[in-house]
Amino acid sequence: MTFDAQYQSIGRLDRLSYGDTWVHRLDARVKVIATLLFLFTVVSFPKYEVAGLIPLFLFPVLLTAAGEIPVPFIVRKVILVSPFAILVGIMNPFLDARTVSILPGILVSAGWLSFGSILLKFVLTVSAALLLIATTSFPGVCHALRKLGFPTLFVSQLLFLYRYLFVLAEEAMRIVRARDMRSFGGRGAGLKVFARLVGVLFLRTVERAERIYRAMLSRGFEGDVPSLRRFRVSAGDLTYLAATTAFLAVFRFVRVTEGIGSFAQGLLR
Amino acid sequence: MHMADALLSPVVGATLWAGTAAVGGYASKKLKDRIDDRAIPLMGVLGAFVFAVQMINFTIPGTGSSGHVGGGMILAILLGPHAAFLVMASVLTVQALFFADGGLLALGCNIWNLGLYPCYLAYPFLYRPLAGESKKPGRIVFASVVSAVAALQLGAFSVVLQTLFSGKSELPFGAFLLVMQPIHLAIGIVEGLATAGVISFVRSARPEILESVALSQPLGGEVSLRKVLITFAVLALVSGGVLSWFASTRPDGLEWSIGKITGRSDLAGQVRGIAPALRAIQEKTAFLPDYNFPGGKTVPEEGENKTARQGIDGGTSAAGVIGGAIVLVVIVLIGMGVRSFRGRAGRQGT
Repeated sequence: MTFDAQYQSIGRLDRLSYGDTWVHRLDARVKVIATLLFLFTVVSFPKYEVAGLIPLFLFPVLLTAAGEIPVPFIVRKVILVSPFAILVGIMNPFLDARTVSILPGILVSAGWLSFGSILLKFVLTVSAALLLIATTSFPGVCHALRKLGFPTLFVSQLLFLYRYLFVLAEEAMRIVRARDMRSFGGRGAGLKVFARLVGVLFLRTVERAERIYRAMLSRGFEGDVPSLRRFRVSAGDLTYLAATTAFLAVFRFVRVTEGIGSFAQGLLR
Repeated sequence: MHMADALLSPVVGATLWAGTAAVGGYASKKLKDRIDDRAIPLMGVLGAFVFAVQMINFTIPGTGSSGHVGGGMILAILLGPHAAFLVMASVLTVQALFFADGGLLALGCNIWNLGLYPCYLAYPFLYRPLAGESKKPGRIVFASVVSAVAALQLGAFSVVLQTLFSGKSELPFGAFLLVMQPIHLAIGIVEGLATAGVISFVRSARPEILESVALSQPLGGEVSLRKVLITFAVLALVSGGVLSWFASTRPDGLEWSIGKITGRSDLAGQVRGIAPALRAIQEKTAFLPDYNFPGGKTVPEEGENKTARQGIDGGTSAAGVIGGAIVLVVIVLIGMGVRSFRGRAGRQGT
């Protein structure tokens, strides 16, 4: 990904989280727990499971629709990070060549099923994580994590990282532009210059951190970044969590897809 | 390379999460003993710094293509292991959430692979002894390259092991190793050179900052070797226990991988060539005679779901395909329905 695109994409995800739909308004803790439950359910499906995973798409689809998240944006982000999962899975069809029948008369190697399963799991897990941020905002997730018992030190650190990510990314962008303008034909873009740029950036960052610390100290900083927002779990939140759990349990333990399929077969016959 | 949720089994994910959480707790306890609130903004902002560094590209010597660094080794040397580990953990968390690089379940694995090795193994046991207090650039380069290569090799090896134990990929152990390790050797050398450059620059520009920034004393001084050995012995026992558990639940997987390691490691490189195709044909022809095609009969209830191995069920799979198609269509319709309903409601509202 090019530099600017990467930067833009964080900014876009951040802006999406300021939306005001019922998904956005749900308690952040509830959304974090629901997402983790979802991820565990997806990953717990056996290796050759394809059909059983399909109903789970209801979760990201509903969140995208109800949260008014642009679909192409999420799809693009999912595709962008897919190479590793694809590379690791792509050999399955060739290495696991036992044949399985999926439709009358159509045989495929079992490896295609496990590869398909990896791809489905990949899309489901990645989109769920992206949707969590897109509907909750990063600080929201951080505060939820703190309420759920994550160490305060780590959460404060995450909040600082997030706050200064944009500042330092812009600084890096300026540095790269300045270097690229001065390096003709790739000269000056080598390791030596890189090391100096990063060294300077490091020193500047340490000094910046010192200034930040002093500024915060004078505003009463005591090693924690508290949130003014009150976290209250409403009946709606609990309903959402219960519905998600029920949905996941049903699709995990009942073979819904095959059931519908057999029913349709019965109708056709 | 980041481990992905899709390749992970819940047991492996949870095990690595537990290990990473334990190390994280240890790191923050070590830090809390020594430092004040000052470190929190510093570490947070340095996490952002790592992102910025990863965004600055450079030309890789000798190739002309451009690359960027991970930054784990730079942090370990500049900050000391504990702070560096926590900063890397926060960076990887943000990557998992924002860039979907790796996933939330795989986050434990990724922090382990990319944080623990540079901070707690490569730095104290390779970089410190090799570089010492020396200011000679040659020694810093040597120490950085060795430790960056070691950290990345360990990380790549762990990715292979985690994938193997999760059992979602069919990649043979040997072949996967042969792909992963050389790639990461190259990455490690470049990362080491870049690390050395940054360290030398900071050391010569502002030598005092290295001392003031090193938030905690390096491990080497006060942790006795015996303690470290005992820790490793415990870790080995625990992982041995986990491994034997795997061996008992998935005997075929482990036997199969051991067979690959011992029996055919010399052939492993051919996995990408024609060999797999030939083997596939061979296996297919060998399978067909005694394989009862469930496809021949369209009716699953006629019984004998000649159930294949490990959850492949020939009889119900036709129903699976049809049902899957129906479910997908329904889900898309629901999504579009919700969206258009919301759109209309929104317009009426305004």
